[in-house]
Amino acid sequence: MKIAICLRRVPDTTTKIVVGAGGTAIDETGVKFVPNPYDEYALEAAIALKDAAGAGETVVVALGGDAVQETLRTALAMGVDRAVHLQGTPSADGLANARVLADHLKDGGYDLVLFGKLAVDDYGQQVGAMVAELLGVPCATAITSLAVEGGRAKVTREVEGGVEAAECALPAVLTCDKGLNTPRLPSLKGIMAAKKKPLDIVPVTVPAGQVTVVSLALPPERAAGKILGEGAAAVPALVAALTSDAKVL
Amino acid sequence: MANVLAVLEQRNGALRKGAAELLAAARQLADQLGGSVDALVCGSGAVAGTESLGAHGADRVLTATDAAFAQYAPEAIVATVKGLGAYGAVLIAATATGKDLAPRLAAAMGAACGMDVTAVSAAGGAIRVVRPVYAGKAIQTLDLAGTPVVAVRPGAYAAVQAGKAGAVEAVTVPAFSARLMVTGITAPERASLDVAEARVVVAGGRGLGEPQHFALLEQLAAAFGGEAAVGASRAVVDAGWIGHGAQVGQTGKTVAPELYIAVGVSGAIQHLAGMRTAKVIVAINRDKDAPIFKVADYGIVGDLFEIVPALTEAVAKAKQ
Ligand SMILES: Cc1cc2nc3c(=O)[nH]c(=O)nc-3n(C[C@H](O)[C@H](O)[C@H](O)COP(=O)(O)OP(=O)(O)OC[C@H]3O[C@@H](n4cnc5c(N)ncnc54)[C@H](O)[C@@H]3O)c2cc1C
Ligand SMILES: Nc1ncnc2c1ncn2[C@@H]1O[C@H](COP(=O)(O)O)[C@@H](O)[C@H]1O
Repeated sequence: MKIAICLRRVPDTTTKIVVGAGGTAIDETGVKFVPNPYDEYALEAAIALKDAAGAGETVVVALGGDAVQETLRTALAMGVDRAVHLQGTPSADGLANARVLADHLKDGGYDLVLFGKLAVDDYGQQVGAMVAELLGVPCATAITSLAVEGGRAKVTREVEGGVEAAECALPAVLTCDKGLNTPRLPSLKGIMAAKKKPLDIVPVTVPAGQVTVVSLALPPERAAGKILGEGAAAVPALVAALTSDAKVL
Repeated sequence: MANVLAVLEQRNGALRKGAAELLAAARQLADQLGGSVDALVCGSGAVAGTESLGAHGADRVLTATDAAFAQYAPEAIVATVKGLGAYGAVLIAATATGKDLAPRLAAAMGAACGMDVTAVSAAGGAIRVVRPVYAGKAIQTLDLAGTPVVAVRPGAYAAVQAGKAGAVEAVTVPAFSARLMVTGITAPERASLDVAEARVVVAGGRGLGEPQHFALLEQLAAAFGGEAAVGASRAVVDAGWIGHGAQVGQTGKTVAPELYIAVGVSGAIQHLAGMRTAKVIVAINRDKDAPIFKVADYGIVGDLFEIVPALTEAVAKAKQ
């Protein structure tokens, strides 16, 4: 079982967002970066599948600047066998990034290529399915369960009002959602071992893409609200407001 | 002049709700582009709701019929759309299924994908989209060149009455290779949601009085039908009433749900730091001067033990 995991380096989800000087990206000063939380489900799934198969290889791949090497080391510390740093500047266009990843993955002989369901910075929710399409292999997105048996993957995913079950042959691309598993924390031994694991650097050119970031802004400030009344007697007014004015019910 | 294609979602032979909203977005964009709106319906037979699409803004309704469409069949939809020819933009509702379909289609067309957008418009030669990023903590505006695939967030557009022709035309489903086999949909499982991801957060503070009173909030969350999570102030997390994962605020999680209901939370500045970008904030507190009311869209002053059960019942009823 040979498995690749595509990993993105993102700001910690507790980060307070400050818009940078250009008005199109965040100010990274003092921001802590972590592996994309959804990619941790992919890492965990890959490590567990290889362990269960008793043979194979897990490879973590990240496209980005040199700082992604730190993120790759975290994946190695979790137990991934080796890492590939695709050295280049990611595009705002998910398809441009997907092309670079697909190009690298296509001859790798992978049974599975795993992604996070989304990156918590750009909320793109697209790179995994795009890579699958470019590779011409089956794809299931946002999976919450996975069983691999007899060269096939059986998955479930949450859809509105239910859980959808699907299956496909390997090789396949899967994108992972919360609920798939509980990602392990790197152990001290893992962190030591990670320092010696191979991390290959492959310079790449990311194509121009078709997306221009016009602006990044903070959401509008809140206007003062209103007190609807006192006690349980005010509940109907609240439910009416939530239903017809705010439209959140 | 460029036309807009709206790819509509159906399940079990009926259009999913949201078709009219998506057509409203498509109509607006097509009018800006000086083009018309085609609505594509892929079904294994006749699809209920198709007849109303003209009234909601479709100039033409394209129906593609294939046995594969008895379940979600992404490769078949991609092949069908590719067979239709050129559009200025392709719109899809950003539902679980739409979010799966949009990037597949974009990659197959060599197009950019604007995901989960709250507004879409024509901007010069490009399609401009506005979308929340960083869990709603920031708003991004993008210009997409070419023929982008745009997934429109449910609820972002209100349905319109447009009285268009809505003439139905059958289109063929080109040959496709089914790679993913969807085998069925079963009733939802109840997994506990993360406060940072839930559409609705019901947060409790010291006003709950005792840890076991969080049950009241769990009941309220459950009334929202699996899309709500229970959050908390630091005071109660530090007191050990609930796990740290639930803490909202400066030293907890930053959340931006559509609805945040603060129950017995005073609204300290450190708490507000974590939730002030929620779309709608509701506060329930017995102190009418509590700072939480300054950021709340709607407030009820009074005893939470009386208000919360009444609210739970009313929400459950409204959700039916
Ligand atoms: C460095 C620092 C970081 C911090 N980080 C955070 C953080 O991340 N998140 C956070 O939340 N706090 C944080 N705090 C703590 C913060 O300052 C407040 O102390 C805390 O938020 C208060 O929690 P509370 O609202 O539950 O309690 P209280 O302030 O005690 O408020 C309880 C409220 O419940 C109401 N109430 C009582 N009984 C009832 C009833 N029966 N019905 C209705 N209402 C009732 C009261 O009127 C009151 O408004 C931080 C503080 C510091 C110094
Ligand atoms: N620069 C990158 N390098 C490697 N993988 C990436 C990169 N960007 C995105 N991905 C993968 O694609 C997933 C979805 O990202 P996105 O489409 O941007 O939300 C992530 O969870 C990662 O698995």
